[in-house]
Amino acid sequence: MVGKNCFAIASDRRLGVQLQTIATDFQRVFKIHDKLYIGLSGLGTDAQTLYQRLVFRHKLYQLREERDMKPETFASLVSAILYEKRFGPYFCQPVIAGLGEDNEPFICTMDCIGAKELAKDFVVSGTASESLYGACESMYKPNMEPEELFETVSQALMSSVDRDCLSGWGGYVLIV
Amino acid sequence: MECVMGVVGRDFAVVAADTSAVQSILVHKTDEDKVMVLDSHKLMGASGEPGDRVQFTEYIQKNLHLYQFRNTIPLSTAATANFTRGELATALRKNPYMVNVILGGYDKDAGASLYYIDYIATLHKIDKGAFGYGSYFCLSLMDKLYHPDMTVEEAVDLIDKCIKEIRLRLVVAPQNFVIKIVDKNGAREYARRDLVGDNASVDAATTVTA
Repeated sequence: MVGKNCFAIASDRRLGVQLQTIATDFQRVFKIHDKLYIGLSGLGTDAQTLYQRLVFRHKLYQLREERDMKPETFASLVSAILYEKRFGPYFCQPVIAGLGEDNEPFICTMDCIGAKELAKDFVVSGTASESLYGACESMYKPNMEPEELFETVSQALMSSVDRDCLSGWGGYVLIV
Repeated sequence: MECVMGVVGRDFAVVAADTSAVQSILVHKTDEDKVMVLDSHKLMGASGEPGDRVQFTEYIQKNLHLYQFRNTIPLSTAATANFTRGELATALRKNPYMVNVILGGYDKDAGASLYYIDYIATLHKIDKGAFGYGSYFCLSLMDKLYHPDMTVEEAVDLIDKCIKEIRLRLVVAPQNFVIKIVDKNGAREYARRDLVGDNASVDAATTVTA
């Protein structure tokens, strides 16, 4: 979710296999660099593999370009990597959030084969995505300060995952 | 039908598994060791397709030894877990290994650690975990009875309670189990829990014990 010169990215913490919960401290939001984060919902193994591939590509980019990737560039990279596997996809729906030049927040989401969806306010993914759309739509206001953004994101996350049996068991909210 | 479970205590990790080798309705043997000692301070309990289980765990063990020969130092538990996950992930979309792994190890700096790696290469560091139908009974028992920094006796007692529950409540339950432990002194077999077979005590079948 976008705020005033800041963004929030949040996820739940459940690791489950269908109806069985395996762990309640699973990490789903990963750092690419200080001002760029990616959240990966969907199959745990593909989230881990994809994260490793993206960190690898970003580190190479840093070595060659001697700077961090812009969020828009990174989103295109993720989209390309996902579409490479068009006929044998990674079962992940990423949510990308970053601060671009002049700390302008950037968010986007895509489906598991890389169809980018840019937004100015919020993006969601996962099994509770419909609930999340509803909660975010009703709670979102433009130009929120970080403290208010944190409250909004937390409440939206908690109320949505409570209606989904496959999500929940804790929440993780990051404000940048 | 196959169960593997693991628990982390104070500076040690316990990995237990059933010891039945089953095909359809036949029990081939009741003393099949499914917790492989990877090296001096690592245990890999594995369940799944029998051929894959043996081949995969031996493959990991030999590669671990190779690393040690080449680099004169052993691989850490975390690195082993990530290597195992990498092998499973690479094979996943070609010729997957149908093997679920509980990896327990002890490192001087990191202490005891336990890793959950399922057959589609989902890796997660855990304090307690289990695979198989037995996990439906064990995980909730562990949630209730586990606490951090348990002693060896408490941890083995927890495993024994899980074994008792599996024997009681799982249809076609495995009867015999092996419990292995890894701590600063190394990885070794701690105990067997045999109800049937050559090593079972004479009155095992008539007393309800762990």
